[in-house]
Formats: sequence, C-alpha cells, structure tokens
Amino acid sequence: MRHTISVLVENKFGVLARVAGLFSARGYNIASLAVSETLDPSISYMTMVVEVKDTDVLEQIKKQLNKLIDVITVTDFTKREHIDRELVLAKINYAAKDKAKLEAIFNKFVGKIIHHKEDTAIIEAVGNAEQIKLLLEELSKFGIKELVRTGKLAISN
Amino acid sequence: MIGARILLESLKRAGVEVIFGYPGGQVLPIFDQLYDFDIKFILTRHEQGAAHAADGFSRATGKVGVCLATSGPGATNLVTGIATAYMDSIPMVAIAGQVGTHLIGNDAFQEADVTGITRPITKHNFLVKDVKDLARTIAEAFYIASSGRPGPVLIDIPVDVQRAETEFIWPEKIEIRSYQPTYAGHPGQIKKAAKLISSSGKPIIYAGGGIITSGAHLELRRLAEKIQAPVTTTFMGLGGFPGTHKLSLGMLGMHGTAYANHAIMESDLIIAVGARFDDRVTGRLDTFAPYAKVIHIDIDPSSISKNVRVDVPIVGDAKNIITQLLKQIKKAPDTQAWLKTVEAWKKKHPLTYKHTGKMLKPQYILEQLWDLTKGDAVICTEVGQSQMWACQWYKYLAPRTFISSGGLGTMGFGFPAAIGAKVGLPDKEVFNIAGDGSIQMNIQELATCVANKINVKVLIFNNGFLGMVRQWQELFYKKRYSYTSITSPDYVKLAASYGALGIRVTKKSEVRKALEKAIEVDNTVFVDFRIEPEENVWPMVPAGQAINKMIDGLA
Repeated sequence: MRHTISVLVENKFGVLARVAGLFSARGYNIASLAVSETLDPSISYMTMVVEVKDTDVLEQIKKQLNKLIDVITVTDFTKREHIDRELVLAKINYAAKDKAKLEAIFNKFVGKIIHHKEDTAIIEAVGNAEQIKLLLEELSKFGIKELVRTGKLAISN
Repeated sequence: MIGARILLESLKRAGVEVIFGYPGGQVLPIFDQLYDFDIKFILTRHEQGAAHAADGFSRATGKVGVCLATSGPGATNLVTGIATAYMDSIPMVAIAGQVGTHLIGNDAFQEADVTGITRPITKHNFLVKDVKDLARTIAEAFYIASSGRPGPVLIDIPVDVQRAETEFIWPEKIEIRSYQPTYAGHPGQIKKAAKLISSSGKPIIYAGGGIITSGAHLELRRLAEKIQAPVTTTFMGLGGFPGTHKLSLGMLGMHGTAYANHAIMESDLIIAVGARFDDRVTGRLDTFAPYAKVIHIDIDPSSISKNVRVDVPIVGDAKNIITQLLKQIKKAPDTQAWLKTVEAWKKKHPLTYKHTGKMLKPQYILEQLWDLTKGDAVICTEVGQSQMWACQWYKYLAPRTFISSGGLGTMGFGFPAAIGAKVGLPDKEVFNIAGDGSIQMNIQELATCVANKINVKVLIFNNGFLGMVRQWQELFYKKRYSYTSITSPDYVKLAASYGALGIRVTKKSEVRKALEKAIEVDNTVFVDFRIEPEENVWPMVPAGQAINKMIDGLA
C-alpha cells in the first residue's frame, strides 16, 4: 500500500542522502519525493510517497526517520485529513483540430496548454492522484511523447 | 587561533583525556599542535587499532572515546571500528583529516568520501567546511555521541580548515532542535507495567546493554529482588546484573544457558530493559516466548516492536524508568512456584564440559581465571568460540567489566579494545580472551602496548582453527573444514621480539601458574594456551530454531 509521509528537515547538505540512505539500506522503495525550502530557509520540507507491505514497516520507517539527527518532524498522512496535489508536464501530439477536444478535457481537469510548436503541445496540469490518473488516460488518446511529474505534495487541513 | 588548535582546545573542553590515533598528510596541522599540547596521545600501529582502542576506552570508563586518523586510507581503516561501536551503541568521536576543501571531489591523493562511507555506520557525521563552525561542531558531536542511545560520530576536517584562523568560542550549552532524546518514561505506561508485573506469575527480566549505558545496574537489582523475578542478560548486558546472584540466569540466546532459554520461553511476562530482541536472542521469531506479555523499556523508540510485538512500550532512560517502576509496584507477584521451576532447570541443565583426554580445556582456563580474580578484572574478548566461552565460564559482577564486540562481531577487536580499557582503568587487571584467529587480526598492537607500557594480558586459546566456523562446518557442513585450519607464529618468540613476555601452556597443571605469572609480571603478556583443537561451544541453538531447541554435544 502507498503512504504519504512528510518530513521537516534541517536544510543542510547531506540530509537528502541520509533520508535516501535509510530507505535504500532497508530495501524500501520511494515512489515519489518532493523537496523544497520552507518559509524558514533553514528548514526543508520533503513529501514522500512510500510503498510498503504492512503498517509495521511504515512504523519502522517513521521511527528510523525520526532517529536521524537532522529530521525535525515526521508526519504520516495515512490517517490524517490532508490535501495532496501533483504537477504534471506532458508533451503530446497536437494538431489544430484537437483544440476543442483538449478544451473539453480541461473543463473537467485543472490544466492548460502552455506551449505548442508544430505537431507538439506541452500540457500543464495539477490534481490529486486520481485526477492525474484520469487526465493521463485522456491525454494518452493523443499520444504522450514525454511526461514529467513533481511527485506528490501534501499539506494537512 | 587556527582550526587544529581549536580542535584540541575543544576536545579538552569536552573532557577528553586521551586520543588514540595515527598521523598522516592531511592531519599534519593537528599533529603539529599535539606536539606540545597537554593531552595524552596513544600512537597505535594501525588506524583500526585506534578506533577499537577508543571504543574499549569508552566501554571501560563510560566516557566518550576519541580516535584520530588522516584522510583516505587512514579514515577507511577506522570504518570497522566505527561500525563496531555503532552496532553496540558506544559513544565515540572519530576525527578524520580530509583533503583541502577546493580539492574535495577531485579524486585528490588520499581522498575518500568519508562522510558518505560512514553515514550508515555513525549516529551522525559532519564535514566541517568553515573553521567558524568547528568548535560548535565538536561540541555537538560529543553531545550527540553521548546522549540518548549513544553511538559514534565522525567529524571530517579538511586540512585547510585545520590551518584557517578564527576566534575560538566554545559553546557551553548545546541544543539541537531536531534532536531531543526522551529520558523520562511515560507515567501512564509505567503504571500499566507495574500492574502487569503485579499480576504476573512467571515474570523474567531480560536486561541488555542499556542497563550498562544508563548505569541502571543497582536499580535493576532492586527491581529483581523486589519482584523476585529471575534475570537473564543479553551478551551486551553481561555485568549489568551480578552473575553470582541467586536470581541470575546468565546469558540467553544462541549460546546462552539452557535454563535462561527455557525460562524466557515459559515465562508469562518479559520485562525487557535496554535490549533489542536481536536474532541471536530470539531464535525463530514466531516460536519465541509464546505465553509472554512484553514490557519493553528502551531509549530508542525504533527498537520497540521492531522484532517482537510489545504490550507495554516505555521509551526513556532505563535508570529513570526502573526507579519510577519501583515506586509504582504496590504488590510483588507471587513467584515462588516459578522460581522453583527455574531452579529445577538450573539443576537439570547446568553449563558443563567434559574433562576428557589430556588436552587442555578452554573452560578450565576460564574457571581458573575466575578463581584467581573473582570478577575483579576487565575481560575483553575477540570473536568466536573464545568469546562465547568467556560469556559462559566467567562471572561478571559489575558493569563495564566485560568488553566485547556484540552486534558486529568484529574479529581483531579485543586486543586494541583491551589497550583502550587499560588506558582508561590503569589500576585494573585487563585481560583479552582471544583465539588464534582473532589475535592475528590486530597483533601489530603489541608494539603499542610495549611502547606505552600498557600492560594487558592476552590469553590465546590456540586450537589451530577458526573455531566457531569450524564448529558450524562440523555440525552443518559434514565436517568439511574449508579453510578453517590455520597456522600461528610462535607466540612466545613473537611476544619476546616485541619486548613483551610470552608463556606457553600445554598442560592443565600449568594453567594456574601461568595465569598467576601473567598477572604478576609488569609487562604485556601473551599466554599461548594449546587447547583441545575440536572443542565446541555448548549448548547451542542452531540458527533459525526455537531457542529452547538447544543441542548439546555432550550427551
């Protein structure tokens, strides 16, 4: 099962390696990871999605993260109300006649064409995991040439 | 003040009395300062020896051990020593030189990414890129190493930082917002534990290294006596409860006593203190202690419910929590019948060995050593059969009298660790119980002993084999002794060539005299005991078995 965890860490070199090392040493996989500075530039915020077999493993991950000296707090969003979003950039096949079809899609999803050149358009879209999944299904009908994603961001509400 | 000087001044402020180390190109500024600085420096003959010596010093004294090495190979030679300290939660600060900051990442001469290499084997590590950060980093390193669940901390100091100048400001108080270990146990949990104890019928205390780290041995004894529960210790917990006490069951686990293993398997309540249910203790997990509820006291939350499901977890310092627990236990459980059962196991399955043949038995040597010293000695060990015999056949009465690599099982640890212990406790008799395999792994430290008059007594149980591996080959690999038969130098001549004393013992009748002589001589002594080559460590739980399914080759 996938779980979303956020980690507040000291914004120092080597911290990402410590967090990543903790996962790799135990053979746990990180499905996605987003890192950036917070309002306080001495602190970074990491949102990570981890895939684990059972909650015991999840508990161990949280405890091990907390054990790292540079980790300030660990929040597990599994049983917590939260909002999550992901930003996607997709390069798709595009012809002028597709415009109406795409606009119909963007009536249902938060997204837009941010660039197009010849037979290619770049789409920007934001949504939760389910929305992004559905959007990508729609876009795949045009043919997706390239896709980049930020990984999930989460905030409690 | 230059960085190198700041380092030494900081170490002094942190209470460091001795550094174990080895010089090299990228620590020249530090060594230049050491030349006339008022701090003891012990020059080992290998950086690994320095790391183990710092570790042994720490285990013997409870203080933070310090080792120092140059960049690249100097630092990588510390790695085994750091990993050993990490696995056994030993407070240690390792200082490594690094190439100049402008060269880092350039594959410079003697460069290695030492913070990268040591990240998974340190509690924390630092690369100091600015001399202004140096004093605070050292203060933080000592604080982190010695607080919470202790462990080694490495500081990597580029050579230009050692030479750079800044004002020396020693931070008197260290606070790290992201690191706040829990010391006090949760009062509600302690109450719950007290109730569980009062209503138990077959309680057992399972005590680990946390007792020694936290200095909780007296509280532990009070607890055991108050609730009349038998006490088994882990390997790391030896010395945490007097081995001669009538409630003592000795060590449990793979080579533990049969009665300790039976007792924990039949218990209805395990009071685990500062122990981590390691695989050498539990054997096959799904068969472990099926009737027992578990109270687990540990300062490291990640140790709790890692291997064994816990009913009452209590995070905090063992000494604090046991003290609180003693106040909360209103009614001692009735354990009379239980103690009788345990006593019967003790009678039925004592530790034993056969005095057959003419060959010298290692157990006999340890019995004699016990008889001579009665626990008033520091026993260091190497790893393997000799180590397990030392756990079984010597009784540890006080904490910090047993020094051995538990978690990592590092051969070559015992001799340099004994050097560190002797430096820390010069008035104590320090022994290293060694095999002929392990002693050859850091034998170069004989020179360190002699040059610094650090008189340790090395008892080599020489059986011509890497005995523990040979035992497994005998039992599980059809006696195919693949590369476990080894040769040794002439230890008597070898010791003499270094300026130490060597004694050879081949007969039972010579054991006592040799030990007396070793103690009496004002020098480092190697005693080459030629023991029964194929003696095994009994009893034993085969790997992956339930721990009450012990095998005993003596039947």
